[in-house]
Amino acid sequence: MSEINELYQELILEHNRSPRNYKKIDKPSHFADGYNPLCGDHYTVYLKVSNNVIEDIGFEGSGCAISKSSASMMTTSVKGRSVQEAQKLFEKFHSLIMTKIGDEIPEDKIEELGSLGALIGVREFPARIKCASLAWHALNAALNNQNNAISIE
Amino acid sequence: MINELTTLETKFSVEELRRDFPILLRFVHGKPLVYLDNAATTQKPVEVLNAISTYYREHNANIHRGVHYLSEISTFEYEKARGKVKNFLNANEQKEIIFTRGTTEGINLIAHGYGRKFIGAGDEILISAMEHHSNIVPWQMLCEEKGAKLRVIPMNDNGELMLEEFEKLLSPKTKFVSIVYISNSLGTINPVKHIIERAHALNIPVLVDGAQTVSHRKVDMKELDCDFFVFSGHKLFGPTGIGALYGKAEFLEKMNPYQGGGDMIASVTFEKTTYNALPFRFEAGTPNISGAVGLGAAIDYVSKLDFQSIQEYEHELLEHGTQILQAIPGLRIIGTAKEKAGVLSFVMDNIHPHDIGTILDKEGIAIRTGHHCTQPVMQRFQIPATARASFSFYNTKQDLELLGQAVYKVKEIFKA
Repeated sequence: MSEINELYQELILEHNRSPRNYKKIDKPSHFADGYNPLCGDHYTVYLKVSNNVIEDIGFEGSGCAISKSSASMMTTSVKGRSVQEAQKLFEKFHSLIMTKIGDEIPEDKIEELGSLGALIGVREFPARIKCASLAWHALNAALNNQNNAISIE
Repeated sequence: MINELTTLETKFSVEELRRDFPILLRFVHGKPLVYLDNAATTQKPVEVLNAISTYYREHNANIHRGVHYLSEISTFEYEKARGKVKNFLNANEQKEIIFTRGTTEGINLIAHGYGRKFIGAGDEILISAMEHHSNIVPWQMLCEEKGAKLRVIPMNDNGELMLEEFEKLLSPKTKFVSIVYISNSLGTINPVKHIIERAHALNIPVLVDGAQTVSHRKVDMKELDCDFFVFSGHKLFGPTGIGALYGKAEFLEKMNPYQGGGDMIASVTFEKTTYNALPFRFEAGTPNISGAVGLGAAIDYVSKLDFQSIQEYEHELLEHGTQILQAIPGLRIIGTAKEKAGVLSFVMDNIHPHDIGTILDKEGIAIRTGHHCTQPVMQRFQIPATARASFSFYNTKQDLELLGQAVYKVKEIFKA
């Protein structure tokens, strides 16, 4: 598979076409904006957390296929999980896409990420890693109660 | 028609000119480079590379300071480059040319040196809806400091300035007009001469942002009659970090200095400093000497070319590229002004410009994607970003055909 086809896998294109949990949540317990001023990608992530569990999550905004599908897959991956589990998942996901090109990644590490593993192709495109992590940074900011725009460059 | 093309091509051999630019021979991701990001920066001919190398190998010394031989040579080379800029712009005097880091610094220098001295509370500064951030933010900062107001000439859906609105915005409150000649994100060529005439009728000074102009068409300060003109060397086949500001001597003479330091002074005591004469008053510290030398070499290079032929050839490229892109279903060109330079900004249904840019890159095609430092333009067209192909005279029709093919590939990958 060419690098381009690995980046734009069917699952990613499908999440881009019909993003999951693409909605604003009324009276969220947490929310934050994620903004990349260099390219203009912009998302807001809304959360409803009770008893330390992410009961509902939604996002809105605009950006490229990578950022949008990543945001969509993020929502399906963290919904129903505890805050700590979500943060742990972000760490695992982040370290996966930051793995140096050429470095082997054990299959089980990709598998435990579920659908998020589809974004592995992004590591071949250093300029696009920020796209894949934008919504996650917003999620993290929201969970840390930084209800302001966070900006990544 | 065929005859016309043949004459044009004999006057202008693209293949021959391409050989002057070593980088155009390289491969990217295993494909021959197709460089279509000239509005961001242009490539450098071997003459420029050699001039910089020779300067450092043979002449390097600080200028305006030493009595030693190398310092004299360096000073001579630096001032010779200033003379080249003066001739290139057809300015009256060499002292009207200030070396800067680029267009952005040029505008900041004027906002600071002229704006802070002559613009006050209630005054208005007029810019256009298609300015680069560098021709918005320095004026906003000035307005905030002084209590002045920034007014904006709107544009129509083709990306052309609405001149009747410009007339309405001109008033006794208007104290400065700062306008882009050619839009970097839309390609629109603005009627700057008309704007200058109208502003001058009310004694309002005008700054022209020529960053996107100097590599595409001849500019003439005496003919344009603008009060200030700024451009960047790296968009004129020269090095980065050097640019020039032209200002009419009568304006420069009465402006505040920009930065303080060495070279811009006549004498310094702890009680009082008197400033040096033009142009040195605005060039504090050791300047970018090798940059100026490189810019001089770039000017020598373009001076050998015939701007009329360049303009005609680039227009042909624009028409060819426009036809190719317009034929692609789901693609929309942003910026369709009648008077347009070699810029093709476009968006595609359901495909974000960044994804277009990544896929084109793998085909060896370099374009810019994003807001192009013109976020208000994106807001005007209600789009987050565009993909932008921008040409220079070393681009070929084949480059545009490869662009078209790669865009089809984008559609294929996205099944759009």
